[in-house]
Amino acid sequence: MIATISNTKKNRLPEILEHASGDKRFKILEAHMKKHQFKHDALIEVLHKAQELFGYLEDDLLLFVAYKLKLPPSRVYGVATFYHFFTLKPQGAHTCVVCMGTACYVKGADKVLAAIEQAAKIKAGGTTPDNQLSLMTARCIGACGIAPAVVYDGTVTPRQTPELAVQHVKGWIDHGN
Amino acid sequence: MVIDDLNAIAEAERAARKKYTLRCCMAAGCHSSNSVAVKKALEQAVKDAGLEDLVEVRGVGCMRLCCQGPLVQVDPDGTLYEKVRPEDSASLVGTLRGGTTHVQKGDPNSPFFTEQLSIVLANSGYIDPERIESYIAADGYRALHDVLREMTPKEVVDEIIKSGLRGRGGAGFPTGLKWGTVAKTESAQKYVICNADEGDPGAFMDRSVLESDPHSILEGMAIAGYAVGANQGFVYVRAEYPLAISRLQNAIKQAKQRGLLGSGIFESPFTFNIDVRIGAGAFVCGEETALMMSVEGKRGTPRPRPPFPAESGLWGCPTLINNVETFANVAPILRKGADWFASIGTEKSKGTKVFALAGKITNTGLIEVPMGTKLRDIVEKMGGGAPDGAPIKAVQTGGPSGGCIPAEALDTPVDYESLASLGSIMGSGGMIVMDDATRMVDVARFFMEFCMDESCGKCVPCRAGTVQMHSLLEKILNREATAADLQRLEELCQMVRDTSLCGLGQTAPNPVLSTLRFFRSEYEELLKKETAHNGEPRAAIR
Repeated sequence: MIATISNTKKNRLPEILEHASGDKRFKILEAHMKKHQFKHDALIEVLHKAQELFGYLEDDLLLFVAYKLKLPPSRVYGVATFYHFFTLKPQGAHTCVVCMGTACYVKGADKVLAAIEQAAKIKAGGTTPDNQLSLMTARCIGACGIAPAVVYDGTVTPRQTPELAVQHVKGWIDHGN
Repeated sequence: MVIDDLNAIAEAERAARKKYTLRCCMAAGCHSSNSVAVKKALEQAVKDAGLEDLVEVRGVGCMRLCCQGPLVQVDPDGTLYEKVRPEDSASLVGTLRGGTTHVQKGDPNSPFFTEQLSIVLANSGYIDPERIESYIAADGYRALHDVLREMTPKEVVDEIIKSGLRGRGGAGFPTGLKWGTVAKTESAQKYVICNADEGDPGAFMDRSVLESDPHSILEGMAIAGYAVGANQGFVYVRAEYPLAISRLQNAIKQAKQRGLLGSGIFESPFTFNIDVRIGAGAFVCGEETALMMSVEGKRGTPRPRPPFPAESGLWGCPTLINNVETFANVAPILRKGADWFASIGTEKSKGTKVFALAGKITNTGLIEVPMGTKLRDIVEKMGGGAPDGAPIKAVQTGGPSGGCIPAEALDTPVDYESLASLGSIMGSGGMIVMDDATRMVDVARFFMEFCMDESCGKCVPCRAGTVQMHSLLEKILNREATAADLQRLEELCQMVRDTSLCGLGQTAPNPVLSTLRFFRSEYEELLKKETAHNGEPRAAIR
């Protein structure tokens, strides 16, 4: 984003607004901002909505939010990069989140993660080259009673073993082979 | 809404009760073990058997024994079924007419259940968290009514002071004192914040309370708002808890519809609104000044205190911040009296504490016990010890800010002071049991990695210190460290603890310091023997 701003000395706003006018999702996002009366303190809520709509926060999207909320782009970028929940890169079609909370860790979550990393040939935080699977870790999802837990596409799945986990993601990583 | 309306709702709810109730756990643990399908199947089975007039299937909050979920309990006889599958529903409903079932039965009279004393979780597992009527039938919002109609704000604060309630977020600051400070600070605008940013890995108490009994938090916050003179509340919840967020939002909507939030509550001049603020995955936002920054929509970085939030908090206004569990204690205290609450627990720590029991232990789940209960009773009697009877090595409390308590110290009573004397903290209530297979240096490294990632970067001791401590721990684990490295690690721990800006940095060294204190030999075994010039290992270097 810094590059985007510094590369364009001229105001890129008209360009971004034109981009936005052709995309329905920007309208939904603007309606959401209106619901919050374009208040500055709604920034995190707005970014949540933006990520929900677009999957990730691209530069133009952040600039659009900054313009509409009348905030400096630095502030929007600062918030978007501070919080782990927001991602500035596109995600894969499927997501796999391995909980690495203490309870899951002492019950072998590190081995589950290693097995998936090996099977998918990516590291935690990465996405497969064919954009099919994004592998992430979580700090604790509060499902300690059923540790170790893994979240596949938003579904929390209890008591995982390396074998079970690899079996689960297999369909996603074999795709296209 | 007046008291007669409240009574009418409660009466109607009680009158609608049927002969049998199948309570089906719908909290996070069981939810992910497919309890939604189980509840649906049970409803269908009741319909198929033509028992709709006799049997109610009720989705309830956490029923505690998460490891055996999905759980279903039958009222009135209290039979507890474990690991229920949707296909078991017909035989389960059949038992109501004298049939049999092969579904695994739990023992509701086992110490795991009988040793518990429920104040915060009293409604959890009994009421339907998605229906306000269910909460009202359990005497809900009665305390708010009595407070608004019969007590002055000062009397409410005094009652909380008298009860001896201390903050359940970990530090244990006297709640009444905090309320009193906010109440005394003059300002046209004040705020109440509920800290539901339960970031400690291994803790899920607040999540369970929000999912099981969201109205108790709203009632506690409204009472606090009246006591301190605030008209706006915020609940700051982690984004990782979608179920808790949706139940909370649903509860707020229902309370507003019934006139229990909004303007002129119970026909008094008191106005109170609550908004939900969703976090975005930053552990440091559990720290109160960072949390307020986040509520304002900014980067969640802490600031030095004083001024404390009670004097200058959200947008510079006096702000009361309490933890979920603290607010959940408020309505019961005002309903049953401060003396009743003060009679539970120890001299300095009153009431009960909810713990999330997890790790290498047979019964994982949620427990609520009186303060002063011995750790051994919790771990061995209620938790059933480690699976396969392996010896327990340590219990970790307080998450990344806490420490490891060795098995020898299991007879310690659980209260704020005793845990602090062992170099750990009460924390928010996560309790992770570790057995012989767990290497303590690895645990210390795990927590240090956590703190390193979660450090907000504002102050140098925390930002740079956690990185250095982490690399020293890595070095030790790789058997590349010397005694001098260990000494440097200890020095760094002291420095980071003494000079960091906020609680995150000040407590980050705790897991290292406590494992060094009780398991020093594990560190020393990993040290590289310093070799003398002739290549022979030098004897015992200290």
